[in-house]
Amino acid sequence: MGDAEQAKASGLDVAYVAHLARLHLRDDEIALFQGQMEQIVHYVEQIGKLDVDGVAPLSHTVSVSNVWREDEPRPGIDHGKVMDNAPEQRDGLIAVPKIVE
Amino acid sequence: MGDTNLDVSRLTIREAGDLLASGACSAVDLTDALLRRIQDVDSNIHAYVSLDADFALQQARAADEARAQGKSGPLLGIPIGVKDLLNVAGQPCTCSSHILEGYTAPYDATVIARLREAGAVFVGRTNMDEFAMGSSTENSAYMVTRNPVDLERVPGGSSGGSAAALAAGEAIATLGTDTGGSIRQPAAFCGCVGLKPTYGRVSRYGLTAFASSLDQIGPMTHTVEDAAILLQAMAGLDTMDSTTLDVPVPDYRAALQHDLKGMRLGLPKEYFVDGMDDAVRASILQAVDTCRALGAEIVDVSLPHTEYSIAVYYIIATAEASANLARFDGVRYGRRVSPGNDPVEMYGATREAGFGAEVKRRIILGTYVLSSGYYDAYYLRAQKVRRLILQDFENAFATCDALLAPATPTPAFRVGENTGDPLKMYLSDVFTATANLAGICAMSVPSFSTSEGLPVGLQILGPALGETQILRVGHAFEQRKKAVA
Repeated sequence: MGDAEQAKASGLDVAYVAHLARLHLRDDEIALFQGQMEQIVHYVEQIGKLDVDGVAPLSHTVSVSNVWREDEPRPGIDHGKVMDNAPEQRDGLIAVPKIVE
Repeated sequence: MGDTNLDVSRLTIREAGDLLASGACSAVDLTDALLRRIQDVDSNIHAYVSLDADFALQQARAADEARAQGKSGPLLGIPIGVKDLLNVAGQPCTCSSHILEGYTAPYDATVIARLREAGAVFVGRTNMDEFAMGSSTENSAYMVTRNPVDLERVPGGSSGGSAAALAAGEAIATLGTDTGGSIRQPAAFCGCVGLKPTYGRVSRYGLTAFASSLDQIGPMTHTVEDAAILLQAMAGLDTMDSTTLDVPVPDYRAALQHDLKGMRLGLPKEYFVDGMDDAVRASILQAVDTCRALGAEIVDVSLPHTEYSIAVYYIIATAEASANLARFDGVRYGRRVSPGNDPVEMYGATREAGFGAEVKRRIILGTYVLSSGYYDAYYLRAQKVRRLILQDFENAFATCDALLAPATPTPAFRVGENTGDPLKMYLSDVFTATANLAGICAMSVPSFSTSEGLPVGLQILGPALGETQILRVGHAFEQRKKAVA
């Protein structure tokens, strides 16, 4: 387990994962986080010691499915209040940098 | 104006309600006195991240008018402090993050709407660890909140502002949220009552999500009775949150009694481990003796998977957080940093500038444990161990009405003591994260203080929907402790 743990921990490439999360990091942050995250990942890997064969995963302690409410029209959040929070707007729409050329 | 010398610093909801009902003071008097108290003390504490005196007084006037027209109720005209991640329409909601600077909540969270209906007055927004990620309130982007009991110490977190406001006498009651202990740990550190309800008991609609399968909103108060009053007003089914439970809400105040005769209380041996602070252990064992003297039968129980709870918690909570915090991308609200003319660059630059270090660490950890090739070893395995933790509690509650344990392994630590070591900070949640993983209810009630005068929290854990049991235990203990003090 020891070697496997090390191999897995070193599989954490902070710069790459930050890219997946659309999160820019400065070089000094990457260096700091790499050490801290490896320590944390090493710690959480202790769950590998347990035998969990046959245990069903638990995603939620409330087992609900298909919760319905009456399909009745009602007012939504006021458009103007939503637009007041937009960083940039044009013609009542939220403006963003061009996505498709 | 009525009594201008009104001392609000230790006033409970019950006492304030009596003053209002008898006409001894008005809601405006009460709110005004509280605002003055905040002005006097908060520059040393930094419990509030924002205040809106005009908005507060306007609500107080409305409460007084409603009372004049015959309305009544335990929360009518009672000022409440709100943790800064709950949406209160027209008010800021920064989550103590730079990324939500300038954001104005366009709607009320369900708990806010219910408390508003009950006539509560929202005075201000309490400081917290950014997006509720932390155990000391040192991760706020705006200010470090101090523990009023000892200004060199942290108030705990993430609901540290809500706890410190109570301890400094600058709130009558506050709201917190608890994902891994964020109500109970600061309540323990500051010497107030903090209750995390059963998952699904209180609607999460309008709570800025951190970890959706763990988050719950709960009351933070001076007394257990006040916690019962506040929970009563918030609990129950909400069509805006499909995880709320369609189960009637009992009369919580009616559950409060003065003895514990006929109750079986369990002591989980895994919560009394080597390395825990001696003063905390002594305090909790004295509290256990007190409960025994009140008529409870004390039995030993075991929760064998407790040692894995922090590992499981930090996998599941960060995985959910990495998804929930994807919405903060500079598009629709909050800050936007857009250096080039490229949307992907904008997301990355906005999140770099807007998030603090701890939020970044957790997004990275959560993204990692969900990423291709690692999902089974981390996230899926953590969900399996989560079930084992739930089964531990189900077994314990098959023979006990509630469990007694410390809320934290140590009293409040010093400002700066753990900031350089994230893992050490995480381990301070070791006694609280289990209740969130299992979805059960739990409360921290002030136990006997240490010889240095630092508060210690007695944690009372109950089964799912066992709020009446934990309130009964907490109230009886609190009353007996007060009687012997």
